[in-house]
Amino acid sequence: MNLSYLFDITHWQLDTAGSIPQLILSHLWYVFLALAIGTAIALPAGLYIGHTGRGSFLAINAGNAGRSLPTLGLLMLMVTLLGLGLLPVLIALTVLVIPPILTSAYAGLRSLDQRVVDAARGVGMRPWQVLFKVELPMALPVLMSGVRSAALQVVATATVAAAVGLGGLGRLLIDGLAVNDYSRVLAGAIVVAVLAVLLDLVLALTQRWIVSPGLRVTR
Amino acid sequence: MITYLQNNSEVVLAALRQHIALALIPVVLGFLIALPIGYLGVRVPWLYHPLVNVCGVLYSIPSLALFVFLPVLLGTKILSPLNIVVALTIYTVALLARTVADGLRSVDALVIESATAMGYRRVRRLVDVELPVALPVILAGLRVATVANISLVSVGALIGVGGLGQLFTRGFQLFYLEPILVGIILSVLLAAVADLIIVLIQRAVTPWTRFAGSRA
Repeated sequence: MNLSYLFDITHWQLDTAGSIPQLILSHLWYVFLALAIGTAIALPAGLYIGHTGRGSFLAINAGNAGRSLPTLGLLMLMVTLLGLGLLPVLIALTVLVIPPILTSAYAGLRSLDQRVVDAARGVGMRPWQVLFKVELPMALPVLMSGVRSAALQVVATATVAAAVGLGGLGRLLIDGLAVNDYSRVLAGAIVVAVLAVLLDLVLALTQRWIVSPGLRVTR
Repeated sequence: MITYLQNNSEVVLAALRQHIALALIPVVLGFLIALPIGYLGVRVPWLYHPLVNVCGVLYSIPSLALFVFLPVLLGTKILSPLNIVVALTIYTVALLARTVADGLRSVDALVIESATAMGYRRVRRLVDVELPVALPVILAGLRVATVANISLVSVGALIGVGGLGQLFTRGFQLFYLEPILVGIILSVLLAAVADLIIVLIQRAVTPWTRFAGSRA
């Protein structure tokens, strides 16, 4: 156990290639891209399934199917098919993001009190108004919990990007292991864990900010 | 793919066997450890929230980081399967301790009072009444933990012990598709079979849940 790598100031220079801040930035970049693409795919699909009730079989089983797919295998499959680069990593990470968001969007809409939805329809809202002004805002807490668990998983899993030659904090783990530098491995593990906790905190604050205060008093 | 399987059946079978052991031993160990911890989270109410938070943080540690770091902590060899088993046991406990606590908390207070009134003491009540009633919740958590473990084992291949994950790294190094595909398919199948087995066990040990609809 030694923290020398983590606290060595030369590893924190912003302009040095492979320094910890640079690895954090590339790590966050993969996480952001995967979350953005995954949400863009899973959220509309989840909302559609939850709103119409069509294809709910898909939404319920997406979670388990996604969990059982080994990300490392998918990543290496994509690299073998597409060659090295950002694209295969993004595909593998996006596949990881989709199930929790899809499932939580669906579950969020389904868990709503059906009388609220009926009331919204009763006061003359159109289907898309019901969805965006009633269902989606009320489903936000459940949806955000899905986004948060997706974010946690991606932050942790983005480390495998280093296994196929990309950057991100996995570099500290893989390179440190390759040269038996455990202080570097430990630095990588700590920074990733701190990053995961911080990201969850940011998302928790976002959740507080976007969820209607009216929904907060339930407990 | 068939030719690959025919030519490498021994390698694949060995990888599969290792995968099953590496994934399922932690499930059993984790379950046994999580039971008392989860129970403690219910018996001592102020422990519940710290328990949930600690479990959340533990689960957010990247598996790769834990795999490479455990040898330093435990003094085991880097290639020892023990690292994977301990790491996955930690994840399983993190997942299940909370589920056990939630399951026990979900038991209707009336049920507990009736059991007490019928003369059940604390331990017998826990074993004969509370645990069985909490079983559907606990087993749902066990399904998640089992499936997650089976897919996590393969990350261990990056440190040389990863069951089917070794087929991934081999295919990746040789730029050869077949072993990767075989590994993914077997891993997903294994998860599906394990999940199915737990569902069947659940149906067998909690027959009353099948009539839940008619009760209300």
